Amino acid sequence: MQDDAASLISLHGLERTFYLGDSKVQALRDVELQIKPGEYIAVMGPSGSGKSTLLNMIGLLDRPDAGTYHLEGRDITTLKPDEQAKVRSERVGFIFQSFHLVPRLTAAANIELPLMLAGIPAAERSRRVAQALQEYGLTDRAHHQPNQLSGGQRQRVAIARATILRPAVLLADEPTGNLDRATGEDVVRLLETLNAQGMTLIVVTHDHALGARAKRQLRMEDGRIVSDVSTAGADSAR
Amino acid sequence: MKPLDTLRFAAESATGHPLRTGLLVLAMSIGVAAVVILTALGDGARRYVIEEFSAIGTNLVIVLPGRSETGGLNPANLITSTPRDLTVDDANSLLRVPGVKRISPLIIGTTEVNAAGKLREAMMIGTNEDFVHIRQMKLALGRFLAKDNLGHGSAEIVLGALIREELFGDENPLGKTVRVGDRRLRVVGVLSQGGRGMGMTTDELLIIPVATAQAMLDSNTLFRILVEARSREQIEEVKSGVLKQITQRHDGEEDVTVITQDAVLETFDKILNVLTLGVAGIAAISLAVAGILVMNVMLVSVTQRTAEIGLLKALGATAGTVRQLFMVEAVMLSVTGGVIGTMLGYSGAAVLRQIYPAFPAYPPMWAVLAGLGTAIVSGLVFGVMPARRAAELDPITALSKR
Repeated sequence: MQDDAASLISLHGLERTFYLGDSKVQALRDVELQIKPGEYIAVMGPSGSGKSTLLNMIGLLDRPDAGTYHLEGRDITTLKPDEQAKVRSERVGFIFQSFHLVPRLTAAANIELPLMLAGIPAAERSRRVAQALQEYGLTDRAHHQPNQLSGGQRQRVAIARATILRPAVLLADEPTGNLDRATGEDVVRLLETLNAQGMTLIVVTHDHALGARAKRQLRMEDGRIVSDVSTAGADSAR
Repeated sequence: MKPLDTLRFAAESATGHPLRTGLLVLAMSIGVAAVVILTALGDGARRYVIEEFSAIGTNLVIVLPGRSETGGLNPANLITSTPRDLTVDDANSLLRVPGVKRISPLIIGTTEVNAAGKLREAMMIGTNEDFVHIRQMKLALGRFLAKDNLGHGSAEIVLGALIREELFGDENPLGKTVRVGDRRLRVVGVLSQGGRGMGMTTDELLIIPVATAQAMLDSNTLFRILVEARSREQIEEVKSGVLKQITQRHDGEEDVTVITQDAVLETFDKILNVLTLGVAGIAAISLAVAGILVMNVMLVSVTQRTAEIGLLKALGATAGTVRQLFMVEAVMLSVTGGVIGTMLGYSGAAVLRQIYPAFPAYPPMWAVLAGLGTAIVSGLVFGVMPARRAAELDPITALSKR
């Protein structure tokens, strides 16, 4: 509680329950978590341990049943849906395991989507998209549709799209889950570069090797955070 | 999101799913086209009937000499066995009866007509200049009889189309003289072909001024007086006014019979009502079918796209933006489908008219508007309603729906 002000993300007593038919699944139980700006965190745990749900909570894709969530000192849980949409647009970038690109749109148009939704003028948009394409090495793929791209390229497009508005937090749910080892390695390096530039990075993964690269590892079981280990020398960013 | 971007995104979304867009536009246009063509058929039938009926003339009251008795023996019949003549003066006096628009005295006889050595027998009608309006005849050449102010009868004649052909062939008969009975009459006009009504064709008629005919037939009495009322509502008023006027002129003797088109008009009304109901029913069914078609395609397509809605929300779109995108897309698709359907419907009706020229298959405007309206409204409602619901979901719930 006392370090809310210094935290980028602060979760208190977060609860989330799903009902699947008759059975009740408690995905999050009384989750307490403080995250400082610029941290690199891996969330690990078995399937159904609630790690994806936690990530969705932080990304405002889901709502907790109980508890509070402060992002940059603001109580997010009490915000109206449209204000939450604004936070999602400006402060959070989300990367999915299955990329979730819009199949009918080109790589450039997919990257442009958040800018368009945010109402940024067309000239400004094309400038920023061109820059992003260059940074992510996608310039020659700009006018390809997702099904004409390799998995690694697709995930790079998704990362470009998630980061085009320079969010404070980058959330990645199994970002390498659908990629082969070498491509996955490229994607992880890209994410780490972004983290090194100051973006808070939270990765959900099954992959221990990937998890071990993070400076702070959370382990979840049965909806609870059961361990929270910071690797020596990497406890705080910058 | 900027309006132009909304438009572009919605348009790309429509063109990006060609199958769905094609199906929707097809459903919409079939629905609208069905409404347009079916109501064109129905309304065409209605128009056809109206045209057939108005060939007899409208709002007619007919005066016959003599009293037709259905009530058995009347003492009056014993006293006056022969009715008084129905004269041209009687006819002209009817113009003073309220509600009367015009009148036409009518005298009929059979006679011989001859021109350039050709002779034939023909039905002759003596009447006045208003006959052409009351019977709604059309002229192929020249003019109808002139107004006969003095009642002396001029030496003019209007020929039926067949008579003209038989007597003159391809020659222009206007200004030529024909001999009818013992008189020489100048041809002033020729009737159009195909006129009909009251059980005879006008193609074999001779029409001359009533006074001339009376002199030729050496008769004072008229065969009929045709009276046209100003409107249908005034027919009854005219009928009793006419009867009163003639009774008065005939020294209080009710020695004429006045009939109206009542019987005809009643049937006419019934048929029109049934036809109108029929057209409305056809339109309603086609509209319902169109609406359901559109509803199905829209519901399926929006449900399929719940994941896309979730993604848009995850990328920071508000529920309002999502609703707007789907609304704009639904409007685009509905309007496109509606317009294509209207064009299809109109071309279909045009093809019908080509095949059956006598059948006026024009779609009524109300049906076209109702068809378009239903298609667009159902497209909007069933396109936007599920999208609205999806937009209210939490992004992750929408995203994980497939």
